[in-house]
Amino acid sequence: MIHSLFLINAAGDIFLEKHWKSVVSRSVCDYFFEAQERASEAENVPPVIPTPHHYLLSVYRHKIFFVAVIQSEVPPLFVIEFLHRVVDTFQDYFGVCSEVMIKDNVVVVYEVLEEMLDNGFPLATESNILKELIKPPTILRTVVNTITGSTNVGDQLPTGQLSVVPWRRTGVKYTNNEAYFDVIEEIDAIIDKSGSTITAEIQGVIDACVKLTGMPDLTLSFMNPRLLDDVSFHPCVRFKRWESERILSFIPPDGNFRLLSYHVSAQNLVAIPVYVKHNISFRDSSSLGRFEITVGPKQTMGKTVEGVIVTSQMPKGVLNMTLTPSQGTHVFDPVTKLLSWDVGKINPQKLPSLKGSMSLQAGSSKPDENPTINLQFKIQQLAISGLKVNRLDMYGEKYKPFKGIKYMTKAGKFQVRT
Amino acid sequence: HGCHPQPWSGRLGAEKKTKNGSKWLKMENGNFFAPVWYRHDDLKEMLDSNKDSLKLEAMKRIVAMIARGKNASDLFPAVVKNVACKNIEVKKLVYVYLVRYAEEQQDLALLSISTFQRGLKDPNQLIRASALRVLSSIRVPIIVPIMMLAIKEAASDMSPYVRKTAAHAIPKLYSLDSDQKDQLIEVIEKLLADKTTLVAGSVVMAFEEVCPERIDLIHKNYRKLCNLLIDVEEWGQVVIINMLTRYARTQFLSPNQNVSAEAASLAKRKPYVMDPDHRLLLRNTKPLLQSRNAAVVMAVAQLYFHLAPKAEVGVIAKALVRLLRSHRSVQYVVLQNVATMSIKRRGMFEPYLKSFYIRSTDPTQIKILKLEVLTNLANETNISTILREFQTYIRSMDKDFVAATIQAIGRCATNIGKVRDTCLNGLVQLLSNRDELVVAESVVVIKKLLQMQPAQHSEIIKHMAKLTDNIQVPMARASILWLIGEYCEHVPKIAPDVLRKMAKSFTNEEDIVKLQVINLAAKLYLTNSKQSKLLTQYVLNLAKYDQNYDIRDRARFIRQLIVPTEKSGALNKYAKKLFLAQKPAPILESSFKDRDHFQLGSLSHLLNAKAVGYQELPDWPDEAPDPSVRNVEVRGAPQGAGCMGGQGGVSSQGLQRASEGSSVNPFSLNPAVTPPPPQPIPSSSIISTSLVTDLEGLTLTDTSLTPAVSVPHALPGMSRDPCPSWGLQVGGSASHTPAPRPRQLLSPAFGAVRTYELLHRMAGEGLSVEYCFSRRPFPGDPHMVAVHIQISNNTDAEVKSLRVSEPKLLSGMRIQEFPEIERLAPGDTANVVMGIDFCDSTQAANFQLCTHTRHFYVSIQPPVGELMAPVFMSENEFKKEQGKLTGMSEITEKLTLPEKCRSDHAIVQQVTSAANVGRVPCGADNEYRFAAKTMTSGSLVLITLEQREGAVAQLTVNSEKMVIGTMLVKDIIQALAQ
Repeated sequence: MIHSLFLINAAGDIFLEKHWKSVVSRSVCDYFFEAQERASEAENVPPVIPTPHHYLLSVYRHKIFFVAVIQSEVPPLFVIEFLHRVVDTFQDYFGVCSEVMIKDNVVVVYEVLEEMLDNGFPLATESNILKELIKPPTILRTVVNTITGSTNVGDQLPTGQLSVVPWRRTGVKYTNNEAYFDVIEEIDAIIDKSGSTITAEIQGVIDACVKLTGMPDLTLSFMNPRLLDDVSFHPCVRFKRWESERILSFIPPDGNFRLLSYHVSAQNLVAIPVYVKHNISFRDSSSLGRFEITVGPKQTMGKTVEGVIVTSQMPKGVLNMTLTPSQGTHVFDPVTKLLSWDVGKINPQKLPSLKGSMSLQAGSSKPDENPTINLQFKIQQLAISGLKVNRLDMYGEKYKPFKGIKYMTKAGKFQVRT
Repeated sequence: HGCHPQPWSGRLGAEKKTKNGSKWLKMENGNFFAPVWYRHDDLKEMLDSNKDSLKLEAMKRIVAMIARGKNASDLFPAVVKNVACKNIEVKKLVYVYLVRYAEEQQDLALLSISTFQRGLKDPNQLIRASALRVLSSIRVPIIVPIMMLAIKEAASDMSPYVRKTAAHAIPKLYSLDSDQKDQLIEVIEKLLADKTTLVAGSVVMAFEEVCPERIDLIHKNYRKLCNLLIDVEEWGQVVIINMLTRYARTQFLSPNQNVSAEAASLAKRKPYVMDPDHRLLLRNTKPLLQSRNAAVVMAVAQLYFHLAPKAEVGVIAKALVRLLRSHRSVQYVVLQNVATMSIKRRGMFEPYLKSFYIRSTDPTQIKILKLEVLTNLANETNISTILREFQTYIRSMDKDFVAATIQAIGRCATNIGKVRDTCLNGLVQLLSNRDELVVAESVVVIKKLLQMQPAQHSEIIKHMAKLTDNIQVPMARASILWLIGEYCEHVPKIAPDVLRKMAKSFTNEEDIVKLQVINLAAKLYLTNSKQSKLLTQYVLNLAKYDQNYDIRDRARFIRQLIVPTEKSGALNKYAKKLFLAQKPAPILESSFKDRDHFQLGSLSHLLNAKAVGYQELPDWPDEAPDPSVRNVEVRGAPQGAGCMGGQGGVSSQGLQRASEGSSVNPFSLNPAVTPPPPQPIPSSSIISTSLVTDLEGLTLTDTSLTPAVSVPHALPGMSRDPCPSWGLQVGGSASHTPAPRPRQLLSPAFGAVRTYELLHRMAGEGLSVEYCFSRRPFPGDPHMVAVHIQISNNTDAEVKSLRVSEPKLLSGMRIQEFPEIERLAPGDTANVVMGIDFCDSTQAANFQLCTHTRHFYVSIQPPVGELMAPVFMSENEFKKEQGKLTGMSEITEKLTLPEKCRSDHAIVQQVTSAANVGRVPCGADNEYRFAAKTMTSGSLVLITLEQREGAVAQLTVNSEKMVIGTMLVKDIIQALAQ
């Protein structure tokens, strides 16, 4: 299956390689570099590149290309999903997944990769099991290890792999038993020129941080489970119970994990929490254009919209912009033509606005297109779909855990056409 | 650059020092400041030392070198010595090194073999597995016999984990020495018979790599694989599903037979009935559409696409659309597959049209794929929405994308006649666009469209002729010239003029343009030789001396053809026919058309070319092969309730389920008729049934686990999917009830069930609903009272989407509505269960019962006796508890028992029908005791009935819930008085 893995940074340096079968020369990456050059942008490098003897499948995350080399037919998603799992695992181990982090922890990275695949076929991809096999580095452990000469490798044998609950490590103990669940919803929307919604969908996840002793068995129920149109589960969730009762019943992995992701489809009406009023105009004769946008709250259920950032890719013809924001800070990069306005909180009494003029290339005609506006925002304590957790119960253990549930709504791919 | 490790390791030292302050301590034992050229000697010294910490440090540095792709092979002798090191991390890193370099240092690598051979005999399964894993990863041909032996032994190891490792080792050995194939197949056959989920994925992987053609090995294991699938780890699932797709294509008949084509022979043929095994596969894979792993979802999607009846394929659309939210690379692969699917099964993605709308922030390759899908989905009804959307795209800054959009518009116009003119007008407007690329692309597409109805559009042709002055893109120029030549009779005045201009610029044109100039000249010569004879001669002369031999050839050929000379043969007469023949309009097709002959989701499909090792997706057979090959004889009793046990039992159960179709189960709630009700699960042993399947070696086989699935078994009306598809199908679990345990909540042994009306058929406009309290534990929530609802559709129309909505509940009360009933045919009856937590009060639960057209307000008010569940306790316990519940908590009432209600049987019957209580054994003759616990708070309710002389009796109820006690007394007296 997967022969080799190369990690390539933005500058085109291969800074890590791992082979699970015979070594494949790193010169195979030349084909990748060629494709990279053709694509101009990292985002546009094709995820699958055929070469005379191999196929290169890659993902691009955290400014690193993870390039897998395969030699024969294998479902591309199999490899791509695995590569994403590798990135997620690094992130889980080191907090961030960056070139520096990987280089600093190169031995742990190598050991982890060794365990994740055997002969190119996935072996242990559950982070709970991996952590039992190879302990993640912490500053304290690094110091202790250096003094005592002890190791990162788990000293017990990895019994998790043999368990009936392969996603949970054994012998978990905490003094404070706690379980936190974050319901995070992202709105993907396209709003047209006149402000009406072309398409809007909600993508939600429930991320959990569970630190409970022993083998707790949890059930989580919702006030309105019917809202969840399409769901995908962490393997720990008992599907049957969901099917029959709409209750999430599971023995959780230890630590952080994504319990559930769901989709509230476009068929349901999606509340749009913000609106953008815009007036962007170019005139044919003049080399000045007018630019004016105002952001305001719409259906926010009385909550504050914060962390608002407006970005917009201006047409090439725009040389510079002279703008005054009523609040926040704005930047226009005349090279990339990217306008970015960090608005902050929206105060409904005094709506934030950004007004001014654009100077256009003299002599050239007015641009064909108006820029689209991309919006980011956050609303705390609100799940915009209306999803509500009813209760969380624990069975199988005697202690009383501390439970917490947080809601948040964010903009996903939220776009306003002008 | 890979052969000079020394300077590099010097840099490593420096980096470590500067980049990570926390590592400064390492300098104590690592000699970081030594001159670089000693560094390797240094490492060797460290490896030879007897301090583990030094060895470890050395190994870490060596592994870091390997990770960076630097050569560390010269250290092999020093490293291999440490293969038996006691320190587990040193040992691990030595293994890493060994696997990397053994191929290059075969002789030295042999030194390590004995260590692994010893490891293979270790009592610890994990050490055995790890020894086999490393041994099989050493690619040294000389050890092939040792590996073969080790694999064979491991394949019959006690531990499933070791057997899994053996399965992993098979492809390794095969790639080292393919002559071992026959022996390896034997091992694969043995491991395929393995019943644990741990092994299943790995052995199928080995099967696919070694002997994918040996489909016969799958027969006996087919049903088992289907049943285990849900519990196999995700990567194994992908491999198994892909393999089973191929298998099913060879063994079953197509569920989508072309009826019309074979209408004649249909009479002779038996009507199509799906093989139950085919159904089993479809059913057991469906829940995996909910997997978090995109590869699993894709695998199921392709299985459904290739194997399911047309009507059922639709379920995959939703899951695939969900994947579109994932990372760009996942989107890319999914969209490629959706593009192919959307050609064959457009309807399936139509509801999700808007999910394919394009954002300006999408990368170009994603935009183009989405555009492809949108174009495939376009039809008469949605075309106007799609075109409106395309109009926005045309104004995008991404010009490659704009060009693709124009082509997409062209395709919509050719496919959907009614918008052709609209599209054409739109495209003509684009001809005045400022961007030349846009104009050029429009010209190319307009050319294709005009070919469909040239006569009506001579204006457009004229307009385009004028463009030759400005437009420079060769493809567009060539297209315009072709158009003018082809339809020169529509533009008789302009055509010669264009030729004149082109003759002038001929030498500066691109090759494709030159060819079209020659073409135009030839056509004009044939239709209008008076005006264009000289021009044509001139052009042909220019072409004769062109640098490109294609153009020279073409010029020569055309001259011979059109200019009559003595030498020219018979062809000359036909020149006009040759050049001005009616040409069929081009069909603008998707590049994804017919790509589905590759198995979807495969690399070959994505590349549209056969990849190395691709296994063809076979065509359906005309006659189904013998289905009995999959039968497995029942061998003895199951090896434990938890594991899959006898395959025969399981598969035959699968068959039964598969064949039941739409059988309607009677609404029998009389506990006397149904099998003994399942035990509520003691909270300490609630473990998913899906966990129970696995691992013979592990003892999670307590039978008390099985009833968790038996609830849906006993109540088939509850889940619309009649099979418990997630989790295993535990053979006979429904009838298997363990002995009651002390202090458990019990289900009533008998007692008639009374039904209540929820909605009268008059009020419900033909829909009638009844409910009863089944007194079974409501699965999932011990605090809820299970309410069985029977819905009958007495109308003559189908009732759709029956569901509960807008419950109006008192605080604390909760409702678990039943899953929505999608449709209820006229005359049909559906049985569902809902759970209500009444909070130990007799307040009614109000809610609406909705159909697709109507809402009915209904309410369920529980009799007080239904708010509790029986408890089993001994006489002593009863007395002890009763002693605690005196005073305010005790309610006593005297009553006279009527004639017919004085026998033991009658009294017990009446009390248990009035309340859901369990009888407590009692020493005295004339005393009856019953106990229960309230559902929500779990407070005890103790009932004592003392029969005095004759008909006089005294009823005592002890409960801290006074209201419940009082009401219960009333109800029981009423029941007894009847």
